[in-house]
Amino acid sequence: MDVLVPLPVALPLLAAAALAAVGHFVPAWFGDLVAAVVSVAVTVVAVVLLTRTGAHDVVYWFGGWRPSHGVALGIAFDVDGAGAAMAALAAFLMTAGVVFSWRYFDETGPLFHVLLLVFLGAVEGFALSGDLFNLFVFLELMTVAAIALTGYGDEPAPLQGALNFGIVNGFGAFFLLFGIGLLYGRTGALNLAQIGRSLAGGPTDGLVLVSFLLVTAGFLVKAGVVPFHFWLSDAYAVAPAPVCALYSGVMSDLGLLAVAKVYWPVFSGPFQTHATALRAILVTAGVASALVGGAMAFLQRDLKRMLAFVTIGQIGIGLVGIGLLTARSLAGATIFAVADGLVRGSLLLVVGILVRRLRTDDELRARGRGLPASGVLFAVGALVVAGLPPAASFFGRALIVDGATGGYRWLPIVLTAASILSGGALLRAAGRISFGWGSDEEPVLGEEQPAEEEEPEHPPRGSLVVMVGSAAALLVVGVTLAAWPGLPGKAEAAALRTLDRPAHAAEVLEGKPPPHEAASAPAPSGTNIVAGLLSAAGAVALALAALFGGLGILARAPVLRLKALHSGIVTDYVTWLTAGVAALGAAFVLALR
Amino acid sequence: MSYLPYALAVWLLVVGLYGVVTSRHLVHLIVCLTVCQSSTYVLLLGVGYRKHATAPIFKGIPLGAKATDPVVQALVLTDVVVSVTVLALLLAVAVQVHKREDTLDPDEIPAVRG
Repeated sequence: MDVLVPLPVALPLLAAAALAAVGHFVPAWFGDLVAAVVSVAVTVVAVVLLTRTGAHDVVYWFGGWRPSHGVALGIAFDVDGAGAAMAALAAFLMTAGVVFSWRYFDETGPLFHVLLLVFLGAVEGFALSGDLFNLFVFLELMTVAAIALTGYGDEPAPLQGALNFGIVNGFGAFFLLFGIGLLYGRTGALNLAQIGRSLAGGPTDGLVLVSFLLVTAGFLVKAGVVPFHFWLSDAYAVAPAPVCALYSGVMSDLGLLAVAKVYWPVFSGPFQTHATALRAILVTAGVASALVGGAMAFLQRDLKRMLAFVTIGQIGIGLVGIGLLTARSLAGATIFAVADGLVRGSLLLVVGILVRRLRTDDELRARGRGLPASGVLFAVGALVVAGLPPAASFFGRALIVDGATGGYRWLPIVLTAASILSGGALLRAAGRISFGWGSDEEPVLGEEQPAEEEEPEHPPRGSLVVMVGSAAALLVVGVTLAAWPGLPGKAEAAALRTLDRPAHAAEVLEGKPPPHEAASAPAPSGTNIVAGLLSAAGAVALALAALFGGLGILARAPVLRLKALHSGIVTDYVTWLTAGVAALGAAFVLALR
Repeated sequence: MSYLPYALAVWLLVVGLYGVVTSRHLVHLIVCLTVCQSSTYVLLLGVGYRKHATAPIFKGIPLGAKATDPVVQALVLTDVVVSVTVLALLLAVAVQVHKREDTLDPDEIPAVRG
């Protein structure tokens, strides 16, 4: 029994409750301090947990309600490598976000930190839980805190983003809960390993299919996979930059990894014989996300919105890794999600610096007004997003591609194209803002989003150091994560344990130690390195072409129709959501029957 | 076992979805969202129902008596709490929207597009 396991959830929630009680009687800095201390503590605990998951999961039964004779009655936290890594990522990003917000906002009420802490507690619980219903509860808690945070801030931005976020995510949660209800009706269990064991003995019928569809759709809404992504870009455009960093780095990645977290213990048994068809469906969804995200990012002028679409694209690449259904690509997806999450968080904090300094995050309006420090950070982050070796996310991407089997040799080309679009969009913005290259009129990019007109104010110099420092810390850790000794091999060993469903169930339910998985993932091959370099070079070339050639060539391009689909109207988004679930369901029924 | 509760759950989900998709008023839309949510209550309670069983309160009834599943009832209770929180938040945002924009038609609220 490991006393550390509940702490990442308990600490933030208790601190949030205490802070909510005394918040109005203590000075403003006290909230910053409490939130920062708790985030650091949770980061440390999560990293310690991560080091303990090297050879086996850390399973914690609340209240000592251990399973008896292989039947789980209690509620468990099942900490595996990926879960602990996500928990550490979330807490570290939260630390940077809290430090950043300390200087970003002129004034925050005590409730801001309460909301951040509740969000952190929910995220940690979601990353660590081994119980399907608890996943739902933490997901909803995350959503509730996030809706309030989206609407938070001193900028009177449109509230429609918060509304779209709440309503579309609400539907995602209903689908998830509906699926959970069906699974419980079939198996009488809520523990992931227990459900999986029960399903593996039974038939793969319509009920299993529908529950898999609903549960997966619920998580894909959270992750923002096409066509469930519409809410995401609206919410980012509205939320304050440090909150966006948490969404992009934490919430989307968690939704993505939850697909694997539930698929392998629960559904891998019944769908064993349908792996080929399932692989085709998930990879298609991932590729669609990667391409749509990249193309849409390239058509944005609002930097936060651009990064929202970059997130959608990168999550698509991660979904390809999970959807390939091999241990190596799952390990790659995990490394990619963590490393790229940190880099995306850093990019959004840099945008926050621009918002703070220039009172705008519009690429064209900020032309030539950038700061040197933020320009460097943004450009480096953009190159990493494009897949530049030897950043950690490059290693993840290389593993994803290496894990591809059979007919998926074309994947590197498509993923490179998507990265060139995402990275090119970011580099274009970096070039225009830092160097004043290109024009400040680009009709293709559309009207400027409604924003506050105000004279730029210059906060004291110390605050810039704090803001740049927290963005730089995220970027440095995100890039140098690859220096963790033996990281790819460890990730692959952890993924192999995840894939071994019967051994994992025996570990959770009977406490049997899992078989030792020795894996030594190969170093990225020359092809991967060339692909990474080409991708980065392609992004630079695309950005330069866009800056100096202008975007007029796109004026009649069909891709603008895609842009027009993002109407900002919530009823349209729910229609897309329904259509997406129907399409996914039709694909499942046709392919997995 | 009757299929009626499951049919009802699916019906509630579909009719709520229809309401949301065709809604012209935010408050109406948010209420339709709770209609959808109630489909999950019906589903969960239907899953836990057993014929000729009592409520799962074991005081004063003979040992081994049939009772409905208490787990789903706990789940529904949690679900209700969650849904009330989401409902309250969304309605609060809707009030803000009305204050600021003087409209509650989802098609007319100024939106980030494209």
